[in-house]
Amino acid sequence: MNAALTCTVSPENTLAVTLAGDWVLDAGLPGIEPVLDRLRGTPQPAAVAFDTADLGDWDTGLITRLVSIRRSAEAIGVPLDEDGLPEGARQLLGLAFAVREREGARRKSRDTGFFEAVGEKTLRVVAQSRELLEFVGELLLSFGRLFRGKATYLRSDLVQYIQEAGAEALPIVSLISFLIGMIFAFVGVMQLENFGAGIYTADLVAVAMVREMAPIMTAIIMAGRTGASYAAQIGTMKVNEEVDALTTLGMDPVDFLVTPRVIALIIMLPMLTLYGSLMGILGGTFVGLSMLNVSLVQYATQTVNAVGLDSLLGGLFKSVVYGSLVAIAGCQQGLACGNSAMAVGQSTTRAVVMGIVLIVVSASILTVIYINLGI
Amino acid sequence: MQGNHGHITAEDITVAYGDFVVQRDLNFTVNRGDIFIIMGGSGCGKSTLLKVMIGLKAPARGDVYYAGVPFWGSGEDEREAMKRSFGTLFQSGALWSSMTLAENIGLALKQYTSLGDAEIRDVVGYKLMLVGLTGFEDYYPNEISGGMKKRAGLARAMALDPDILFFDEPSAGLDPISARLLDDLILELRDSLGTTVVVVTHELASIFAIGNNSVFLDADAKTQLATGDPRELRDSHPNDIVRAFLRRDVPEANAA
Repeated sequence: MNAALTCTVSPENTLAVTLAGDWVLDAGLPGIEPVLDRLRGTPQPAAVAFDTADLGDWDTGLITRLVSIRRSAEAIGVPLDEDGLPEGARQLLGLAFAVREREGARRKSRDTGFFEAVGEKTLRVVAQSRELLEFVGELLLSFGRLFRGKATYLRSDLVQYIQEAGAEALPIVSLISFLIGMIFAFVGVMQLENFGAGIYTADLVAVAMVREMAPIMTAIIMAGRTGASYAAQIGTMKVNEEVDALTTLGMDPVDFLVTPRVIALIIMLPMLTLYGSLMGILGGTFVGLSMLNVSLVQYATQTVNAVGLDSLLGGLFKSVVYGSLVAIAGCQQGLACGNSAMAVGQSTTRAVVMGIVLIVVSASILTVIYINLGI
Repeated sequence: MQGNHGHITAEDITVAYGDFVVQRDLNFTVNRGDIFIIMGGSGCGKSTLLKVMIGLKAPARGDVYYAGVPFWGSGEDEREAMKRSFGTLFQSGALWSSMTLAENIGLALKQYTSLGDAEIRDVVGYKLMLVGLTGFEDYYPNEISGGMKKRAGLARAMALDPDILFFDEPSAGLDPISARLLDDLILELRDSLGTTVVVVTHELASIFAIGNNSVFLDADAKTQLATGDPRELRDSHPNDIVRAFLRRDVPEANAA
């Protein structure tokens, strides 16, 4: 039977609320507006009483309605006569009101205006930049300790980080670099053939890969792969108090957790970049040979002549910069992580975003510097 | 700091997160060989006080003195040296998950002693024997149970033969028998090594089983309500809240 609620006012001015049917959450509940209307109406009822003779099943649904009625009645000073309610409902209602609401416990939702929101965000960005700079400072101090032989880290850790950031990244770097090399070669062949200069596709692919694309693409892959994993590893250690355990033993978390990771990426990213350049050139060669009327020797000679030592070293230097930035972003976000599973997720996301932003910004700066240096 | 011979002395400590004061004006003395309980209801700042004592969080005011030497008032190098005489067992054990138990326990030995690998292995084996984990050297933390993690964490805390052992909620998450065994272990270690022990807990059974000195923190008053032997506090302390806590009653103020 469906739940029903009816109100009658007795001659003594008592508001009698009759509850009938099954008051269960999944069967739909009637509203309590009739009761509220009577409570607000004139003359105000002297008391509220309940008649539950026809009440069937009931659960939390009934109690929440009763709580609302009691709140409204108490707010205007009308007493509630709970005798008509089932024993269990009376006890639950009593339990619900046993502990007073703690003052100030309820959070007030605050409307922030557009300018306030923008201001807050801006201040947060400024604060984050400062934290990042402080972190870089700590890292430099840690490198100082490392060179003086005072920093603690496990050589086995370093080897493992190198393996994770190196050999295990080869498949994805191969795939991406090879495809990018192919794309560049396609574009080059299509455009340069118009002028009968199709052979210069080799130059285009080689220079683009070695100078720009291999460093930046490998770095972005590593930001998503290794930077994220650094943030998650260190963040989880923080949640589990493992970082505290290091600190209390007098070991610097930066020495122990960050420096070896940064070293691993500084060593491995140039190597991956070199490898990525080769894979890209290989992809370009593949397209060039199949679309242009040139021999492998011609294409290879053209490629070798196009790439000077300056391009090669310039590209590798970029990858050293990117590698340290990716590692710094990952580790800094890991150590700044809050104390929950959600915070680890946020740190990981921020590590990737920050890593990619830093890569792109520094790429622009480096390009300008290279142009001015004539490299 | 003269004239006071406590092993650990807290003087006017106020701990706060930013402007939010957690506890203020804490004063207590821990004697050498005490098992000192930091107790109080949930959320009263017990663990935060512990963080101040082990160097993870600076107090807003006041200082902790170890054998008369100010901890936060000392330079960073001295503080690092003092930290090496502490051993801490964190609530979850906080074992380094990428290392085996032997590596966890051996790390501090490798770092701060001139022992060779074979000797370190011997010391690690002995520490694991003390906590009843003989033969578990090459297990990773995620391969052992929660109670074993705590005991392994204790072995790591004892690696450098500390003067003071700190425990953050040692019996949290343990079944009654494991909790009791850990209590017994703490007592035995204190009796045999003479280590001073500081325990953060609200487990009454533990408090009376091992504690001979304590401080009681209250979340509403934001300061300590009592200090002394927990059994005496239970029997005769004038403060209603302290007695009620230790007797598992509801204080009169809340009973209405």
